[in-house]
Amino acid sequence: MKIYLKIWRQKDNLSKGSFKDYTVEDVNKDMSFLEMLDTLNLKLVKQGERPVEFDHDCREGICGQCGVMINGIAHGPLKNTTTCQLHMRSFKDGDTIYIEPFKAEAFPIVRDLKVDRSSLDRIITSGGFVSVDTGQAPEANSIPITYEEAEAAFDAAACIGCGACVASCKNSSAALFTGAKITHLELLPQGQKETHKRVAEMVEQMEKEGFGHCSNTEACQVECPENISVLNIARMNFEYNKSKLLVKK
Amino acid sequence: MIIYFKNALTRKNLMALTGLFLSFFLIIHLLGNLQLLLPEEQAQLQYNAYSHFLSGNIVIKLVSYVLYACILLHTLDAIYLGIKSKRANGQKLSRDRRSRASTWQSRNMMFLGIIIFLFLVIHFKDFWYQYKFGELPKDANDNKDLYTLVVNAFDSIWYVILYSISFLALGFHLVHGVASAHRSLGLYHPFYSKLVRIVGYIFSISITLGYLIIPIFIYLKH
Repeated sequence: MKIYLKIWRQKDNLSKGSFKDYTVEDVNKDMSFLEMLDTLNLKLVKQGERPVEFDHDCREGICGQCGVMINGIAHGPLKNTTTCQLHMRSFKDGDTIYIEPFKAEAFPIVRDLKVDRSSLDRIITSGGFVSVDTGQAPEANSIPITYEEAEAAFDAAACIGCGACVASCKNSSAALFTGAKITHLELLPQGQKETHKRVAEMVEQMEKEGFGHCSNTEACQVECPENISVLNIARMNFEYNKSKLLVKK
Repeated sequence: MIIYFKNALTRKNLMALTGLFLSFFLIIHLLGNLQLLLPEEQAQLQYNAYSHFLSGNIVIKLVSYVLYACILLHTLDAIYLGIKSKRANGQKLSRDRRSRASTWQSRNMMFLGIIIFLFLVIHFKDFWYQYKFGELPKDANDNKDLYTLVVNAFDSIWYVILYSISFLALGFHLVHGVASAHRSLGLYHPFYSKLVRIVGYIFSISITLGYLIIPIFIYLKH
């Protein structure tokens, strides 16, 4: 396959970016999208040019590192996939592909396709944890939890923090990410104790980072690699309202 | 109270609560105005008496102030959140196909809202202002003759078209708005969430059709 690429090149956060044209020949249809970029980079290095920088790590769809806008869609044309799990068979010979970084005020561009998503990490550190004394592992059966609850918590915990929800949102809202993290801990007996404090602090941090509001377009769930349910957002709203209106300080 | 101005979640609560109140008002307003469809002579007396009753009642007066406040708060909130969203988006995407993942109306609530707001300005000016501050002739029961004012207004096809477009915009605004408001307030149960969406659809379609009938019926009849 022969693929024409228009890739966003930007030296750093302060410089102005623009699209640059590249052509990659001999693309195998079973290559992953990132392997296609590797092929391009190999060519660029050989030519003495600066390779295209992009984030990646596990390349098996579970780390949440890779993530670019491919033809204007986060993680490309497939729904509920990461960029590394997108293969070139999703494109045709001779296609032109636009590759851009995730764009949001809270995700400053580091270089080319790499963005700084530490704003999501700061939301986690503001309250996405359980404060317990560490020590020996407790006896497992001493904390009763039903199978359904454990599964529901895991569904929310499956979020890999890739940021596609923010990139897909017309308001650049991190509500799905934050909602999933809150629900995950809220459903577990260890996490429930601190729900009110957690919700207040995580929501406040989300606000500080400059993310937008949620207008329930539900685009985030469609593009989320883990298909995290938008109902997690409603749950965050519920817990937030409850903590502000019903809980005695 | 300060918390209500603090973050996007609370602002969305305000948006949802005012929106739901306005949706509830739409039912009452529609039911009242359906009297316009009665046979002409009966409609004139009954509609004017109804308007007279509404304008004189102290409870209705208080509710109407809540209504004006809701319209203003809903609008101001939308402007605030619109600016916030623009700021959060930062640099624009050069190629944007994100729209494939959501419905048209959910992405265009602001546009639909602007149409509704402009409609309200015209609607208030032509009927509300005329009734309250204008000189209207009296009917047989000595009530202000709002009925004739309304019927005459809908003689113009352009006026009917203007109203029809606005009602369609309202319909699309409601299709997304009613369900979205419940989410913003925190309805996260999968079954009730689905139920609200279905009821929201039925509500939006009924309201739109109900309001659409009035100008079209009057235009065709007169």
